[in-house]
Amino acid sequence: MEKLLEILSGLHPDVDFSTTTDLVDDGILDSLDIVTLVTEIHAEFDVTIPAEEIVPENFNSADALMALIEKLDEE
Amino acid sequence: MLFTSYGFIAFLAVLFLAYYLVLRKWQWGLLLAASYFFYAFAGLDCLIFIFLTTASAYVIARLMDRGHRKEAEFLDQHRAEMEKEERKKYKATQKKKRFRILLLGLVLLFGVLAVLKYTGFALLNLNALLGAFGAEKAFSVPDLLLPMGISFYIFQTTGYLIDVYRAKTVAEKNPARLALFVSFFPQLVQGPISRHSDLAAQLYAPHDFDRRGFTSGIQRILWGYFKKLVIADRILVAMRVLVESAESYRGVYVLLLILLYSAQIYADFTGGMDITIGIAESLGIRLKENFKHPFSSKSTKEYWNRWHITMGSWFTDYVFYPLSVCRPMMKLSTFSRRVLGAKIGKRIPVYLATVVTWFLTGLWHGAGWNFIVWGLLNCLVILVSQELEPLYAKFRKSAPRLTSSWGYGKFMAVRTFLLMGLIRSLDCYRDVGLTFRQWGSMLTVWNVGDFSRGVMTLGLDLADWIILLVGCLVMAVVASITAKTDLRERLYDKPILSWVIFGTLLIAILLFGAYGVGYDASQFIYNQF
Repeated sequence: MEKLLEILSGLHPDVDFSTTTDLVDDGILDSLDIVTLVTEIHAEFDVTIPAEEIVPENFNSADALMALIEKLDEE
Repeated sequence: MLFTSYGFIAFLAVLFLAYYLVLRKWQWGLLLAASYFFYAFAGLDCLIFIFLTTASAYVIARLMDRGHRKEAEFLDQHRAEMEKEERKKYKATQKKKRFRILLLGLVLLFGVLAVLKYTGFALLNLNALLGAFGAEKAFSVPDLLLPMGISFYIFQTTGYLIDVYRAKTVAEKNPARLALFVSFFPQLVQGPISRHSDLAAQLYAPHDFDRRGFTSGIQRILWGYFKKLVIADRILVAMRVLVESAESYRGVYVLLLILLYSAQIYADFTGGMDITIGIAESLGIRLKENFKHPFSSKSTKEYWNRWHITMGSWFTDYVFYPLSVCRPMMKLSTFSRRVLGAKIGKRIPVYLATVVTWFLTGLWHGAGWNFIVWGLLNCLVILVSQELEPLYAKFRKSAPRLTSSWGYGKFMAVRTFLLMGLIRSLDCYRDVGLTFRQWGSMLTVWNVGDFSRGVMTLGLDLADWIILLVGCLVMAVVASITAKTDLRERLYDKPILSWVIFGTLLIAILLFGAYGVGYDASQFIYNQF
């Protein structure tokens, strides 16, 4: 989780990603951020997030994103 | 049949009446008949294309759906006896099979669009290239039929196929129902590009007459006609002069063209959307909003989240994301990080996908270099803004009072409005070289002194300019009110005020609509894309 929070903070240093739960709905993360995030996750976790999983529910919070990474890693 | 024709008004009146009189279970069938009747006016050839699109999408979606069901059944039956790796392999094989079916569907549908829309453009460029190498012969450029709204319904249908592939929606079992989803007439001309999961169930559900919804829909239709007929079509007259005699209208007139075209396309496109969404609302169907006060945007990125939203989200979900996260792009990401370092390397795949997406967005708008350059310039502005973001953040931090002030916000909105208007003028001149020369003339030709005389040579008299100014002012005031509150909802409980406002609107359309001598109620701008 720490690694993920580090990646997220790299995108928007002024956002507290550990508590925010509407990252996409509130427009904090836009499509460019999301794709940058996917490539960073690929580099750090060796997990590829497929396009069909790029939905607001999976990117609205660090917890949701971590759950997605774990699910994909499990699969 | 134009939305702005008397025939269409009569068609709507008959449809509304029949829709609420027939048995509720026949309503969707009636909508399908009405949609095909409406589309038949565009030509019988067009009907064939939409029918074939529907038929192919039906078969492709059903095949993919069957694949999903088979996979689920197989896994249910054999889950216990299968190892994790085995399951993974089986799923991957099934996915690959479905992907091949999807690919076939996409090639078929986009192939038709590509041949009809881009053959002429491709051959013209090929001829120019061959000519540059001294070839004497050239390919003859065919004048192919471009069915009305094909860019919109092909996108909606391919979106449906991709959603079925991704199991985000279930394939329609009844081909007639799918035919209605593809051809629903209010959105056939210029969108919005709907998702199957948002629209389909609403189309097939029975709808009781709801006075509130019906009234609200009719009011929105009226507002759309006001924007289209009183503002957009009046500006069209001046735009024709400014574009057709571009060499005579340089300098300050280019700025005038930018402002006029911004008002025209906004009134035309959002007016068309008001009519479309209003018709659907009167039928008890809610379509997605396609605009959210785009001219209040403080950045290009924000502008594109507010302008033609359904097209933007189509490109994001079905082009940008899949392209950015596909395997070759992930390999490129790893490679570029290794070679260029994490800071620069991570940008390569993202920026590459952005450029491709904007190139395609430009191409979708039309087969011409002006559209491609338009797309790429939008992309350039977005990427430069992205790169400058740390600088902006520093500025915001160092001057928090200034950057959070009302004036600074307005300055950012005006800046974005002018920048988008400037790039959008590529739509008008339809020639990249001419557009750039016209832009340059704003700095080199100083003809402000001639403006008051010249502006009266654009085909509009003083009364027209006054109507335009008042019309734009009304449009701006309504936009600023509706940004904060649902105006029609608030007016519903004030019937007298409501009648006065919408009665005045109707009278304004009848009196000031640009369909008198010398004018033609014209087709919507986005219908040509």
